[in-house]
Amino acid sequence: MSQTVVVDIVRIAVILGMFLGCVAYLVWVERKLLGHIQIRVGPKRVGPYGLLQPIADFVKLVSKEDLTPPNAHRALFRLAPAIALVPAILSIAVIPFGGTIRVLGREMPIGIADINVGLLYVFAMSSMGVFGIALAGWSSNNKYSLMGGLRSSAQLISYEVSLGLSVLGVVLLAGTFSLREIVAAQHPIPFVALQPVGFLLFLMASSAEIARIPFDLPEAETELVAGFHTEYSSMKFAMFFVAEYANLVTVSAMAVTLFLGGWNGPFLPGPIWFALKTAAMLFLFIWVRGTLPRYRYDQLMRFGWKFLLPVALLNLLVTALIVALSGGEG
Amino acid sequence: MNQIGFVLLSVLAVGSALSVILQRNPVMSALSLVVTIFSLALAFLSLGSSFVAVVQVIVYAGAVMVLFVFVIMLLDLGRREPFKLTGVGRKILGIAAVAAFLFQISASLSAVGVMGARPPEPLPPGYGTALAIGRSVFTDYVYPFEAASVLLLAAMVGALILAKRRI
Amino acid sequence: MVTLGHYLGLSAVLFAIGVTGVLVRRNALVVFMSIELMLNAANLAFVAFARHRADVGGLVFVFFVLAVAAAEVAVGLAIIIAIYRNRGTVNVDEINLMRW
Repeated sequence: MSQTVVVDIVRIAVILGMFLGCVAYLVWVERKLLGHIQIRVGPKRVGPYGLLQPIADFVKLVSKEDLTPPNAHRALFRLAPAIALVPAILSIAVIPFGGTIRVLGREMPIGIADINVGLLYVFAMSSMGVFGIALAGWSSNNKYSLMGGLRSSAQLISYEVSLGLSVLGVVLLAGTFSLREIVAAQHPIPFVALQPVGFLLFLMASSAEIARIPFDLPEAETELVAGFHTEYSSMKFAMFFVAEYANLVTVSAMAVTLFLGGWNGPFLPGPIWFALKTAAMLFLFIWVRGTLPRYRYDQLMRFGWKFLLPVALLNLLVTALIVALSGGEG
Repeated sequence: MNQIGFVLLSVLAVGSALSVILQRNPVMSALSLVVTIFSLALAFLSLGSSFVAVVQVIVYAGAVMVLFVFVIMLLDLGRREPFKLTGVGRKILGIAAVAAFLFQISASLSAVGVMGARPPEPLPPGYGTALAIGRSVFTDYVYPFEAASVLLLAAMVGALILAKRRI
Repeated sequence: MVTLGHYLGLSAVLFAIGVTGVLVRRNALVVFMSIELMLNAANLAFVAFARHRADVGGLVFVFFVLAVAAAEVAVGLAIIIAIYRNRGTVNVDEINLMRW
């Protein structure tokens, strides 16, 4: 009994540690890649190839002064970064990283938990992140923060709908909400081959959901200073920053799990395939950031409601028809 | 679920619910309601309906409460002079009415004898899954389902007309 | 052993708190949140009864309650915004006249 608890704790610690390390180095990778895309070299001063840059960034952020603006709502101002960060980290609990592994005579799946509504759990967690951003914007008592918070809550609510509809095609094909079973259902053919439209919709809606370029309106520097985190400094700012990159990793891992076959792949062991595919997705997101300009706010809303949502509905309808006609689930 | 868990859950739910109606600042009320919703989702989990629990969090906490916070921010209500409660007379009347209501409920509960008289029936396999609920919605409850969809459409049109200055 | 009665009791208390909120608060938004609290209490009763009788029908009703709550919030908040635009307040004691 106590042995299994220890094994579970170690398992959670290992996955969490790898996840946070991945998030820290993602910042370095992004700066380096963006540098090369823009014909610069990116960070290179701290350590070989700038590899110690994340540690330097961390030391810098921790040692900075932690400011709270006067007339801010103090309790909420402190709480908001935590509300943004905690759901971002909790989402990885249900993502399956590989098949099963034998530890201390016990067969166990690689991943923290496998619940039968895993997909919906990830959605529930991602919809909690909105509170952090909205409350940060409101509690700062600053026009730009408030505008950033309002914009981001409107944007996240709008794109959540398309995001949910875009993955329902996958749920129809797999007949389950459990992420592990969805991966198992993709054994010969990954769902990206059967759901190409769904995959593209997922990519667009999710980059809006995590506020990446071209949808990074909540923190558009040219019009809103820094958006909802204008007034944040030091560790509180770092928490928003980590939450943002944690969401990026989660979205990439979800794209791999739902559309790219998860850990399935020939020759190499499962977790390695999973890591390679996730890295490819992350590269795609960074590449998009280095290439595309930012949308205007009205364009963003029009795109979400008048293009993404109807196409997602159509995709769902067609998928449902095909599944029903071929005598699938139900 | 064991009793200690239930007591903790109840304390969380009732405490946050009280906080909803006692906080002066509507943003704090909204956040307290989010906590209540989460504790109810935990209660649903303990009752063996994980699907309903997750949908509760997605719809209530993720959509409804975000809308509340959005409107509070839009109207900038949190910063104004906080509203006071109503006058003493009405407060007493309100609490008396609620006490009468609670007394009524407890009386009828003990009269019918649901306080642990019968053990719960054994759960069939697949209880509470999306499949079981979906099957029930589209067979036994298909007319209410259609009515709900009409209601949602009407709400959508109504909200649009109310909120837009010019159409 | 936690029985149906415990859950129904919790549900009744939450419902009562919601009623109290509607009766004693004047901020229309908080009144609205109290109504949501009552709907949630009803949901808890539905789920508890569904578990007790092992009947999925109770869970289906939770979804109808969710749909009603979502519709109600969309329209209700739109009304509150419209009232605020016209009257500059969301105090329910000051918006008791159905005209302006």
